[in-house]
Parts: sequence; structure tokens; C-alpha cells
Amino acid sequence: MKPAPFSWHGPASVAEAVSLLAEVGHEGKVLAGGQSLVPVLAMRLASPAHLVDINKIADLAYVRTDADGVTVGALARHRDVERDVAAGAAQPLLAQALVNVAHPTIRNRGTTVGSLAHADPSGEMTCVLALTGGSVTAVSVRGERTIPAAEFFLGPLESALAPDELAISAYFPRAAPFSGSAFVELSRRHGDYALCGVGTVVTLDPDGAVVSVRCGYLSVSDTPLVLDLTQAWAAGPEEAAEVARAAVDPADDIHATAGYRRHLAGVLTGRSIERALARART
Amino acid sequence: MSGEETVADHGVESGDSVHLVPVTVNGLARSATVPARRTLSDYLRHDLQLTGTHVGCEHGVCGACTVLLDGRPVRSCLIFAVSVQGQEITTVEGLGQLDADGDPRSLSPVQRAFRDCHALQCGFCTPGFLTTITAGLAENPEPSREEAVEMIAGNLCRCTGYQNIVAAVLRAAELTKDPDAPNADDGHRHEGDR
Amino acid sequence: MATRYFGTSMRRTEDLRLTTGNGRYLDDIGQDAVAALECAFVRSPHAHARITDIDVTDALEVPGVIAIYTYEDLEGPAAEPLPVLIPHPALHAPRTGYPLANEMVNHVGEAIVMVVARNRYLAEDAVERIRVSYEVLPPVVGIPASRAAVHAVHADVPDNVAAHLIQTVGDIDGQMASSPHVLEIDLEIERSCSMPLEGKGVYARWDADDRSLRVYSSTQTATSVRAAIAAKLQLPLGKVEVIAPDVGGGFGVKIMHPWPEEIMIPFAAMKLGVPIKWVEDRREHFISSAHERGQSQHVKVGFDDEGRLLALDVVFWHDNGAYTPYGIICPIVTSTQLLGPYKPRSYRVEFFSIYTNTVIVTPYRGAGRPQGVFAMERTLDRIADHLGLDRTVVRANNFIQPDEFPYDHGLIFQDGRPLIYDSGDYPTQLGMLKEMIGWEDFPARQAAAAAEGRLLGIGLACYVEGTGPGPYEGAHVQVQTDGMVDVAIGLTSQGQGHQTVFAQIVADELGVPFDRVRVVTGDTRRFGYAVGTFASRAAVMSGSAVALAARAAKAKALRVAGEILEVSAEDLQLVDGVVSVKGSPSHAIDLGQVAVLSNPLRYAFDDAAKAATQFAKPADPDKPPVAPGEEPGLEGRDYYSPPRSTFASGMHAAIVEIDAGTSDIKILEYKVMHDCGNLINPMIVQGQVHGGVAQGVGGALYETMAYDENGQLLNASFMDFLMPYVTEVPQMELGHLQTPSPLNPLGIKGAGEAGVIPVPAVLASAIENAMGFRISAMPVNPNLLFALRQAHEAGEIPATATNEKVDRT
Repeated sequence: MKPAPFSWHGPASVAEAVSLLAEVGHEGKVLAGGQSLVPVLAMRLASPAHLVDINKIADLAYVRTDADGVTVGALARHRDVERDVAAGAAQPLLAQALVNVAHPTIRNRGTTVGSLAHADPSGEMTCVLALTGGSVTAVSVRGERTIPAAEFFLGPLESALAPDELAISAYFPRAAPFSGSAFVELSRRHGDYALCGVGTVVTLDPDGAVVSVRCGYLSVSDTPLVLDLTQAWAAGPEEAAEVARAAVDPADDIHATAGYRRHLAGVLTGRSIERALARART
Repeated sequence: MSGEETVADHGVESGDSVHLVPVTVNGLARSATVPARRTLSDYLRHDLQLTGTHVGCEHGVCGACTVLLDGRPVRSCLIFAVSVQGQEITTVEGLGQLDADGDPRSLSPVQRAFRDCHALQCGFCTPGFLTTITAGLAENPEPSREEAVEMIAGNLCRCTGYQNIVAAVLRAAELTKDPDAPNADDGHRHEGDR
Repeated sequence: MATRYFGTSMRRTEDLRLTTGNGRYLDDIGQDAVAALECAFVRSPHAHARITDIDVTDALEVPGVIAIYTYEDLEGPAAEPLPVLIPHPALHAPRTGYPLANEMVNHVGEAIVMVVARNRYLAEDAVERIRVSYEVLPPVVGIPASRAAVHAVHADVPDNVAAHLIQTVGDIDGQMASSPHVLEIDLEIERSCSMPLEGKGVYARWDADDRSLRVYSSTQTATSVRAAIAAKLQLPLGKVEVIAPDVGGGFGVKIMHPWPEEIMIPFAAMKLGVPIKWVEDRREHFISSAHERGQSQHVKVGFDDEGRLLALDVVFWHDNGAYTPYGIICPIVTSTQLLGPYKPRSYRVEFFSIYTNTVIVTPYRGAGRPQGVFAMERTLDRIADHLGLDRTVVRANNFIQPDEFPYDHGLIFQDGRPLIYDSGDYPTQLGMLKEMIGWEDFPARQAAAAAEGRLLGIGLACYVEGTGPGPYEGAHVQVQTDGMVDVAIGLTSQGQGHQTVFAQIVADELGVPFDRVRVVTGDTRRFGYAVGTFASRAAVMSGSAVALAARAAKAKALRVAGEILEVSAEDLQLVDGVVSVKGSPSHAIDLGQVAVLSNPLRYAFDDAAKAATQFAKPADPDKPPVAPGEEPGLEGRDYYSPPRSTFASGMHAAIVEIDAGTSDIKILEYKVMHDCGNLINPMIVQGQVHGGVAQGVGGALYETMAYDENGQLLNASFMDFLMPYVTEVPQMELGHLQTPSPLNPLGIKGAGEAGVIPVPAVLASAIENAMGFRISAMPVNPNLLFALRQAHEAGEIPATATNEKVDRT
């Protein structure tokens, strides 16, 4: 189980990286944390001729929080984001979701932006980006652009990034006042990919009445699915579960049937909303 | 060993790029020239002859290959050696070695605790647990049982059923505070024994 | 009085090297020698195919490729089928593969082409470029397809049946006909596998000058691998050495041998004259090692109003995969160990061992027992349910009683010997287990949980395990002139702490401090006669052998010392490495000095040796320096060969909680009662039980071999084959009972496999108790349990009655 040969490039700056990608991007891959990419290479399920390794671009290793929200640089490890106090205060969903990403050792190396670029619909961070309405900023020799979450995920393992583009950061908006969030998932073993997961953001008005209930789903659709369940929740938990079950489009695999995942989407919707509501009210 | 450079003849396949990889391992400067696709685990084991780091799956799940990279546990099978040029690595060999008298007390608290608690059987997964727990206790010196479980939750062991590894995490915390802390039951302790 | 080490939880000698990175596992071998060439194999991507062409042209162009071998390159015995290791009259159609495939491939993963290159990376590059053409044949996957026999795995075995065996005790038909109650039950248990963290591996070095071969293999049997290599490569046995270095777990898969690679790596080393190494990667281990467990079972049982078994009639189908190199040991074990601690009035068991186009099936820890226990314990739960009796009462009503030992079941066990239990106390164990788990109080606890909408269930299962089968093991104990004691056994180690426990035994038997004893295992240079590490036999067999060898060495030490001290050997004692006259401790001689004097010398190579030279002291001119019947040196060698296996036993109980919404399964409590006779090292025995239970939990709730209809293994990685992490294994509580075995000198029974055996049965019982409907297949996981709940709600699965008078509303 050894990777096929490749040429390695270790740019020291974003400019150098994008110029390399312009040259080799169509037959290459960006390597950041590598926690999803390296197993694929080791099993020779992919054999890119070039790897553009951004681990030496120290400028990209940051987590910045400002009045608008949290910006995560392409070299920020999951563990850095999870433990960033300011980021956690601004957007609690980040850490709530991140603790479900594999195990701490993987999170020490894996990057949040990398997992977004990987665009795995069973990835927790894809769900968070979609649910919070965040965005990804990408750079190429052609310039820089910011891609909203709704336009970023095109399909399973397919993002809007062009082969010559480097995702340099992701942006997660600050949580609204009087809001609460939660992330609930069921996996076979602790740390495995979720059979189904549900992230929730609930917003209240100053009197504590529910203004908005939004849920994001993982492992039950080709791209991150976000549902506005405000009305359904007002009609009761069973209605919200029913809407969720109707909206998801899971597939069978060796770990779970589509029917079971659909069932879980309903059950976990209620649990996730309850938990988010409890947090919103404290 | 300091500053030693190895140029192994890897037999370069076309398309392989080849790189000098200087690193600091267990406090010593080491380097070798290797193809880009050489994983850090293979680099440590076969270029630097540090065979204490074990490879159980080569796809990042089992944790046997865990080493500390700038102090943090990472899977060395999921990192290419070339990516860590100039960084600091700690392997199981660097946690502690027996002194000339063979006194077990010369080992690190985590190594001692593993022996005290019978936290290893075949020993293949053990290096990954030892490195992970060493870093975990540096961060959280007094873990609860739940925190001890969480600390080792990403490492597979097929022999022990984990009972004694959890006990060893707690025992290592105890030994870190007091190297003379008495060991329950003369030589080992077990959770839940009658 | 000296310390007694037997029964003490000595910390392990092994750990000093294994915790510091100084172990020597297969892939660590040869770092300082000439760099070994490495190998990779082209393995069949098809479950069933005929090879029509192999084109290696492109692969030869890969830099660093040294050699490529196919079946055509094999000669003599190496070109013949691999051995059927354990022939049996009932195995009427045994089939085995070849070191490299000979025209046919019968499972995905079967080795076809071997590439030798400078390193594994380059070898894999070459493998990618080898083009094999196939005529794909219809695969036979799964027990139903094999039984239907629309297609055959082996064309000359059209019914896919490799073996068929029936054993009967008592008047089964008469008893069944007169039974007040009769039930019929269908049960299924899926595949799992050993999955040690270290895969297999082989390193071979050919000495062209000496025409000798040294092979390291990550094996559970060095001696038999040696014999197989010598036979296949036509070498005198004396020219082949096999060493099992530190082995990173075995659990059964490494007792199977010779693996194709154990022939091919030495073969290539001889051809090329350079060291060659192959280290199995994880995917290879999934698709080209061995699996176990898969069975379909049909039970017909007749019983009385108290649940006593009057007639037990079992038929099962055992999926043996593509070949039968290990014979029919697993199904024989299932068919005999199914009986557990119970004594049915009559018993008939029939099995079919059947071919499928999947990885071979050879023993995995438990080796057929978990399936047998599953059949028996599910049956007893059904009986309890049918009669409205407490499950523990039904079991107690069927127990063999403590005064009934030795108990002869009238069957033939896996060692070819009668199935006679030597000792045990099942009622006491059950009482202790019930107290540990709180059996009597559980209905109230369950009802209280139910009132909160929580689903709790309790279950238990009992087993008896035949351990320590023969034919024999041996040991050599040698006292060195510096007083150190070297012990060698041929049997191998995979983490069981043999270096420690055998040193404990020798230290006690000989009378030396523990830290003077050095133990070497699994090295044919040191001890050539051995069988292997399997069937929970190392402690019983090698433990007894080292005790006997140490006694022989001690007897000689006392004889030699008696001559020196001029007293009778009976008046001497050996304590703490010193031989002294009883009652006169100053009249003594060091054991090392005894060793010096036991070997009459001409040449004094060091100071101590002077005492043994020919002019050192006056000698009787009429006696030869070495007395007739004696040998020079202070050594003992002996063998232990028991009349039959010794039978350990145990009982487990668990409390589970099922998430009413998600059907997730959580084990809240897990209790173990265990009886393996006298404990050499309680710490190590507990560790064995812990590890076994964890593997049992894996087999019960997580692990399957997900073959699709084409025979592709869909979960051949650690991402998808779900071995438990710490978070999936419950905290356990252990209790011990010790009923010594009368069969061996130490009164011990095996413990290695025990923990794993009853777990699927325990958890099936507990989940059934929580859910209120029948569980008849394992493993169960949330996804399957959800489907079962739906089927139950649709009326397709009957409810269980309210046994133990539980109010589940």
C-alpha cells in the first residue's frame, strides 16, 4: 500500500503556489493536511503526477475572528480551530461539529479548509459551512474570488474550485444574537463517518420566541443539505422530523440502508433542535 | 549520529522527485535523501532505522504509527517525509530508554505505567499509544477516566481490550506527579477485578 | 523460604523492550545487514476465474525490479498444491491452492505473480503494470449460494461440499419423539477475522556457502513452517532455520501455514542469493489471509417442563471459503463445544463444510466455539421463553454437576481424543455471575428504566472450552556456569507473556530467582520439536513441559552437587540458586558452580572453568569422567504429552441499553466469570480475558466481511472493517473460580481464547431481552436492529414471552 510516484512542490508563498498550480494543477493535487488525500494515494485510487504541498506557507496557518465572523486560513488544523476561544465564542457550531471529525490525532494534522475542498458530503465542516452560510476564498493566477457555500459544493467530492485554484481561507459568519446551535450525529464507532448527522441553528427573538430553525445534514445527500424547519418545528417535532425524512436523499452502503439513514435524519433532527434550543435559551 | 546523512539507493521511478529531508528526531539532527512519496513512517523506520514506530494499516486508522510532530501526535503514515523538512519529531525511542543498570524507573512515566498495568500484550500498537498519551498528559496532567478514554480513542489495540490501557493513562498521571507513587496490588492494578 | 512466583502478577520481562521501541518484529529484521529486496504480489481481482495470459513485459521496465515469478517458475514439490494440514476421514473433498495460482483463481486476493524489487514502492509500481487476462467464471458467494450449488467453486466438487460429519450420542429419535416440548430454530452467524495489528510477513536469507536457509516469519508455529519449507524447497531439515521474532498479534490467523509467501520468499531468496522480505499490507491481509465464523445453523430440540434437554439435534453449514488447508477443525470444534456445561440426554450433530469463492476459513480465537455457544445459548433462551422460566434456571437444570467429573460426552473432540471434561464447578460460577450482574434485581431496574422510556436488557451465556490439546510440547532448561538459566521452547509467542510466565514456572521449579531465567520461544535453532500456539494451549502444554524440564535439570543439579558435597541428593535443597544440605545451610554450593562441575573439561576457558579441568581434583581412576547414562552439562529436556484436552469454562452477563430512537446499542455493564484452573500470572490471565471480550464485542456488534455477490470484499480496510476502539468496549468486571485440572503437573487450563467465546450469545440474549423480539443472527448493529424492529412491527418476527416476569410496558 504505497503511493505511486509524483513530483513534489513545496511553495513558500501563495503566489508561488498558484503559479505552480497554473502549471501543473490539471494533473496535480494540493496537499495540506493530507488526512483524506494520503490514504487515497496509498491505495492508488488516485495517482496525481504532482503534489503542491502548502504546508510551508506559514501565512495560511491562522484562525481570525472579527465582528463579522471567523476566517480560517488554509493551513489551520482542525484542532486549532476547535480550540480557538474567540472562534468558539463567535461561532460555537465550529467546535460542536469539529469534535466529531475523526479523532484528535487526525485533527492535529487535517485542515478545515482542506476538508471543505474535499467536498465530502459526509464531512462535518461542509455541513457547517453550508448551514452557517459561509464561503470559501480561492486564488489563482487569474485572481481571487469568494465562493458562497451554496455555490461551492457541486457534488460528492466535487467542489467549485478550478484545478489551478488554491482555497486560501474559509469564512464562517458569527452566530446571531439570541441564537443557539447544536451538532448531533450517529456513527458506527466513535470518530467514524456519520451514518447521519444534523447541525442546527435556532434563533430566538428577545422574548424567547423561536424566529428561525435551520438544520444542515450530512451523509444523507450528495451535497450538504440545509433545511429551514421554522414552520415545521412550529407544527411540532414530528412534523419537523417528517419534513427532514422527506427532504433527505440517502443511499445504501455497507454500513446502513437508505431507509435507516432517512429514519435517523428524522430522529436526529428533533434531538439536534432540542439541544440548540436549550443552548439558545441559556 | 548527530548530523548523519544517509543517501539510500531507493531506485527512483520516473516521475519521482527526490529530496533531502533534514529533521530533528528525539533531539538529534538526522537526514536522508528520499523520494517524495516516502511516507514519514517508512522514512523513520527504514531510512533512519528507528523501527520502534510501527505501521499497522498505512491508511491512518489504527494509530500504531503515531509520532509527535512539533509535540503534537500525528499519523506518520499519512504524512510524506518531505513535508516535514526541518521539523521536530519524537518517536517511542525518544520517550525513554533503560539505563545501564536496566532499572525500569529510568523509563518515562507512561512507559512505566504500561508495564505496571499490563497495558500491552503483543506490543505492536504500543508505540502509538505511548506517544499519544505522552502528549495527552502534557496537555491534561490529571485526566478523569472519561478523559483518559478520549485521549486514546483514536488508537486501535487488538490484544488488551483497552481496560488496562485506560488504567495506565491514570497510573502514568500518578507517576508523573510522584515517581514513587505506590502501585496497587504489587505490580499491577486492574479495574473491576474481584 | 524463597519467593514463589507461580500465582503472582509478575510484571512482564517483554515490556522493557516493547515499551522502548526495541522490539524486533518482522519488518524490523535485517536493518543492519544487506538491505533486503522487497516483494509485492499481483492478486486476483476476480473471485472465480481462469487465467488465460500473464504479460509482464511492461513491469520489467520499472527501475529497481529484480525478478518476477509466476507458477511456471515453480518446480518439484513447490509446484504441487499446498498441504492439507489436518486430514480427516470426513473431509472427502479437500482442496488447496498453490504458492502462485496454477491456472485457476478461487477468491479475490489469491496470489498470481510475485515481483521482487529494490523496495516495496517499486514492487507495487511493477505490479500495476502486469497484465493478467482472465476468463471470468460465476462466483459462489455465501452459504445459500454454496448450498444451492448452481455453480461449483471447484469443478470436480459439484455440490460444493468439502466435508460431511455426523456424531450421535444416545437415542436421539426416541427422545425427540417422547419430548413434551419440541422447538426448531434457525440461526446465522457472520464472518469476522483475527486481524492482528501486525499482518503476516516473511524474511529469508540464503547462505550459498553453507547451503542453508534462515527464515523469519510472523507465525504461530516456527517448527511446522520449517518442516513445510524444507519439504517444499527440497532442503534437509537441518539446513533450514525458522524464527518467529516478536509477533504483533496472531489470534489464529498465523497458525495457518505454510502461506504461499512462506514458500515464495525463501524460494526467491535461494534463486537470487540475497535477503528477501515481504511484509503484508492491510489490504492483503483482508483478502489473502484467513477469515472465520460464518455458519448457518438449524436446531431441533426436545425438552421437558423444567427445560431439561432430552434431545438436541443440530445441523449446520460451515463456510470454509475457497480451500481447506486447515481441514475441518473449526466445524468439529463447533459441533463438540456446542454442548458447553450442559448434558443433553441425547445429541446428534451433523455438519457440512462447504466451499465458497471467498478467502479461506481457518481458526480465529475461539475457533468455532462462539458459533457453537451461540447455537446452544440461543436454544436455551428459546426454551426459557417457551416455558416462561428464568433463563438461569433453565441453564442450571442442565448443568453437569461438580460430582460428575470426569464427564464423558461420548464424542470425539478436535484433537481426535474423547470429549471428556476433567473438572469444573458450573453451579458455583453461575451463582457468582448472577450476584455480579444483579440478575435478581434486574427486572425492577428494567421496569424503572422502561417507565422513563429507556430500553434495557440483560443476557448471559455459558461455555466450556477444551484447551491445551496435544500432541505435545517440549522444553529445554540449561543452567549456565554463571548461574543464569536459559529456557527454550519451540512454541511461539504473540503477546501472551511467555517470556515472563515460563520464567516464573522455571524459577519456582528449579529454585532460582526469577530474573536469572531467560526464555526463548519459537526459534528452531534453540528447540526443534514443537507444535504451535493455538487452542489456548501454550500455558498448559509448554508450561507443563518447562516445569518437567526444570525438574529434570534440578534432579541433575542435586545429583552432581551430591557427589561434590558427598551427601545423598535427597538430603539437598535448591533455593535461590544455591544447593545446600537440608538443615546445614553453610554446607552449600552455587548452582553456577554445579554447572561448571557438571561438564568435565580439558581446557579452562575462564576462571570458573578451572574447577572442572582434569587436574583440578583427584578423581576415581576407575570411573569415566561422565558417568554412564549421564551427559555433560547441567540441562534438562522433557516433553509434556497429555492424554487429552483440559476443559476451562466461563459465564458472561451483560446489560445493554437500546436507544429507542436510533436503535443504537450500548453495553452498560459486562461481567465475566472465568475458571481456567490455577493461575500462573493473574495479571496476564485477566489481560487475555479482557482482550477476548473486546474481540467478542467486535464480532457481536461491529465486524463483518462485506462480500458482494461478485465476491468482492467491500470493507477491506480499517475504515470499513469496524474493529472496536476503546469507546466501543465496555468496562469489564472479572471474577475467578479455580478448579485445577487433574491432567497436568501444574493444575492449569488454557485461557487465551476464553474471553471471546460467549460474547455474541450474551449480547444476543441481552438485546432480545431489551427489545422483546427474537434475535437469531449475529452480528447485530443499529442498522440491522432498526430493520428487525420494522419487521417485528410488521408481524414478521414473533415477540418473546415475558420471561423473568418482566413488565416491558
